[in-house]
Parts: sequence; C-alpha cells; structure tokens
Amino acid sequence: MREASVYTEDELSASVEEGRVHRRLYTDPAIFELEMERIFGVAWVYVGHESQIRNPGDYLQTQIGRKPLVLVRHSDGKIHVIHNQCAHRGVKVVNAEQGNAGEFRCCYHGWTYHTDGRIKNVPLQNGYPAGFDPQDPRTAMVAAARVASYRGFVFASLAADGPSLTEFLGHLTTSFDDMVDRAPDGEIEVAGGIFKHAYDGNWKLYLENLCDAAHPLFVHQSSIEAAQKQADDSFSDGSGEIAVRQMRQNGAPYSFWESQVGIWAYPNGHSYLGDYHDDAKLVAALQDPVFRDYIAALEAKQGRERTRQILEVRRWNTNVYPNLSFMSQFQQLRVVHPISVDRTVVYTYNFRLKGAPEQMFRNTISFANIVNGTGSPVLTDDLAVYGRIGAGMSSGGAEWLQIGRGTTTDLPDAHGGRRGINSTSEVYIRNMFDAWLGYMTRPAVA
Amino acid sequence: MQIAEVERFLVEEARLLDEGRYESWLDLFTADAWYWVPLARDQASPFDTISLMYDDRRLLETRVRRLGNPNIHAQLPASRTSRIVANVTIEESEPAADATVVRSKLMMLESRADKQRMFGGTCRHRLVRADGGIRIAWKRVDLINSEGVLDGLVVPF
Repeated sequence: MREASVYTEDELSASVEEGRVHRRLYTDPAIFELEMERIFGVAWVYVGHESQIRNPGDYLQTQIGRKPLVLVRHSDGKIHVIHNQCAHRGVKVVNAEQGNAGEFRCCYHGWTYHTDGRIKNVPLQNGYPAGFDPQDPRTAMVAAARVASYRGFVFASLAADGPSLTEFLGHLTTSFDDMVDRAPDGEIEVAGGIFKHAYDGNWKLYLENLCDAAHPLFVHQSSIEAAQKQADDSFSDGSGEIAVRQMRQNGAPYSFWESQVGIWAYPNGHSYLGDYHDDAKLVAALQDPVFRDYIAALEAKQGRERTRQILEVRRWNTNVYPNLSFMSQFQQLRVVHPISVDRTVVYTYNFRLKGAPEQMFRNTISFANIVNGTGSPVLTDDLAVYGRIGAGMSSGGAEWLQIGRGTTTDLPDAHGGRRGINSTSEVYIRNMFDAWLGYMTRPAVA
Repeated sequence: MQIAEVERFLVEEARLLDEGRYESWLDLFTADAWYWVPLARDQASPFDTISLMYDDRRLLETRVRRLGNPNIHAQLPASRTSRIVANVTIEESEPAADATVVRSKLMMLESRADKQRMFGGTCRHRLVRADGGIRIAWKRVDLINSEGVLDGLVVPF
C-alpha cells in the first residue's frame, strides 16, 4: 500500500522533462522518503555475494535502502534475506556484522529463529490470545518477498510482484558474466576488506558520477597534475606505479573521451561506460609478466579462443540502478546506501579471481586504494564535489538541472537500449531518471 | 637512538604536519620509505587488504604534491589540525644500524569548513640515521575507527 504523498503523480512526472530535472529531486526530504518506498521498496537491490556466505549458517548484515536485513545461507544451502527485527518486541536480532550461526537468538527475551527467519522457539509460550501463531510467516524475522542470484550476485526485492531478476538486469547480465568469466577457474570471491566512505550529498549523485566521462579533468585536476609531475624513478613497490598511472589516465583529453570511449544505457536505469582502458593501457601493457601469466592461466582453463573473447569485453563501470556499480577489469564493486536526502554511505568491495596469479589480486588492492579508498587522492575530490552540489542547490538559483548533453545525437542500441555518440553523452543520467519516473509513478502494488 | 631524541623528532614531525609543511614532512622520509594507514585492525600486509592510505615513496611524493595544488577541492578550505603525540616507547632497537622502531599515541583534531573531527590511534615509525639526521624508513598509523564509516581523509596522520 502506498502512503499518502505530498506530491501527486502529476507533480512527480512534471519534475522530469526532456534534458532537465527539477532541483528538488536532490534536495527535498519528502522526495527522498518516497524514493525509499517506491524505488528501494520495489526494485531488485543488490544485497551481497554468495562467496560471503559460503557455508550453511553463514550470515552477514545487509541493507535495502535504510532497512537492516540479514543475508544468510540456511541449513539446506538456500539463500535467504530476512528483516533484522524480532517479531516479539522489535529488537534488532543479529548484531555481529557477519558470522556463522545455527539459529538467531534475540538478546531481549530469548526468542529464537531458524536461519531462514521462521520462529524456532518462544519461551514462556502461554497465555497468548488465540490469534497468536508462531508459525505465521508474518510473525518471524520476516523474509524479503523475493531473493535471486545471478552468477553469485545476490539481489532481493521487497515487492512480491515484478520482473524476474534476469528480466530486470536485461542486457547487463553480460557485465556480470564479464566480471566472473575473467577468473580462470570461473569463480570469484569477495576479499581484501571493505571501504566505507560517506559524503554530504544525495544518493543519486554517486551512480551519476561513475559513468561521467566529462568530470575527471576538473574534479581530479589536483591528482592529475600531481601525477603528471611525478618522477618515474622514485622508488615504487608496484602499488604506487598503478596509482600514478590511473591518476594520469584521468587526465586524458576530451578528444580521448570523444573518440575511444562509449556510454551505453538500458531499461530499468542500468548503464555502462565501455571501451575505455583496454587491457593494454590498464595493466602496464600486455608484456607485463603478471598479465602474461594470467592470460596463460586463463588459456589453460578456458582455451585460447574463449580467452580472447573474454578479454575483448572492455567495460569500465557498469551501473545497476538503484544501488550497485562494478568494474570487471580490477574486480571492484560499490554499493550505495542512502542515509538521508543529503547524506550517503558507499561500501566498496574487491573480488579475487580464482585461479589467477596472486599478483593480480595485489594489483586489485592497489587499484582499490587509489580509486575507491577513503584516503585516496582521487576519490576525496569526488566526495568534496558531492558536498558542493548540495551547497550549491541550497542557493535557490536555477530550478532545473541540465542533463541534456547528447540528446540530439544518441543512437539506438542493438540490445534494446541506447548509447551516446561518445562517452560524454549524459544519456545514462536521463536513463536513470526514466527509471526513476517509472518507479515513482507506477501504480502501487497492494 | 635515545628516547629523548626520538621524542623531539616525533614532536617536530607533528608540527610540520599541523603547519601544513608537507614537503618538509616528505623530506623526513628515506628514498625507499613507505607510509601506511591500514584499514583492518592488526592488518598484516598492505598488499592483500585495502588500506585507508598505503603509499610507497613514489605515491607519497604524488600525495604531497597534490596537497600543494590550488585545485584540491577536498582542501578548499584547507584543514587545520592539532596533534598530540604521547606515550612514546622504543619497541625495537638496532644499535648497530642506529635504527629504532618507536611506538606512540596520536590524538588529532581536524577542523575544516565548520566541521570538526577527532582521530586517535597508534603510530609506529622505523627511524634510521641518515644524511646527518633522523629519517623515517616507514610509518604506520592504526586509527581506532579505521574500519568504520568515514568521510574523505586528506591530511596525512
């Protein structure tokens, strides 16, 4: 059931026009509350990876929007996502960030739950009225309506009805394939720690920025210039070399973004930036001995032709609306957690390619530190700019924000989407707002 | 190295950082030094786990150069910091090499754009004698909130 909104659907529809959106979509707390209900309360939301809950009883805390849930593998091996709330008096049952448990027990009065959320035992089970049924699935650590995985990536939806996960992902399943297929053993696992960085800005800004090819020259000017002046004979153990190369790459001129890089957008708000950073640029050229060892390991397991196919997929960031962004070439994944209209937390993860040389994962770590690190000379300028966006919008100047670049030159895509004529088109932002409008004005599911 | 000399060195290092004299701070490090702010508690290696900061000498030079760039948005306005270095103990002494590993506690207040943050943790320096003075061969700073949610970290610890 939908709650009464201060905005009518006509008003919401009128907030998104061709090539521009109203400022209030980033600043109004009432819009934010509606987004939590109508987007995060409905869409498939990424909640974790199967490698994080390998064994029966393994669990970890996760979130859908602002809601704390638990991702858990039940004793029968099946994956569940359950609300982290005791059915008795509302206590948050699971307190550890992750672990292994045979049951969940509430700290308050000792109600216990099976790891699929069903009540296992209620102490002092007497004197309850006839309507109390501990077998009622609504009297439980209530399960998310739907849970599904694609190649190890677990999503949950709080809506009972809607498209299947693969329908929702559409053509972007191929980006997940790219992420996994690069592992010689055909399997990846979360490893190496989680950055948790925060900024004073709206949650939508994060995904918008990750496919934005026009911002690095300005936002990252300080790290680009510092890296350009860096002497290459200063000592490096390899990590600084990767970092400096990445910072310099951010300084590529417009002509590079307009000739070698593309942006593709698909239904449900998803998009990817591609053909950027071919492997030769990214890993110190194919003569790099680590990458040669990696290719050899891939060819040994997958064959030469299949290896060629795998490595010729050259995607940079893939965004899965509303809360996920990932990047196959350095095995990075980011999850967006909205906190309030002007506060957002992002968790970032690394994946290990099983069967790849260990140095590949060391490169992943070095790349993560420079691209996603809370203390990164690159990321910290992005975070500062997100804060400046909120500050600017509070000025009450231009009511409409311009997202129209590329409107007249965008092209249809063979897989049911559309693409920019080059990477500087804002088609991916318009595409996210198309999805936004669909979620925000779609008839409510009872 | 005697503890009094080591303490004087650490206080001077903190002063350089508080005064934003990052290039002078960089000069304290040896040519193959590393500077590390781990993410995980008791993190064993900077190579298999991410770090809030992990700079080999090359990246440390780039980090310091960026701090002096006029377009560093994350430092407009610049942070002001106030550090207290205390509880200094010598953990390992290598008299033959005139080197020592010293442990200290750091309390740092940071004020920027009307927001104040407090950081606390443990520093370890490996100090060596070179170029007629004390130099840092490596420095590790373990913050007590390293694994928590953090806004961007720009000023070195």
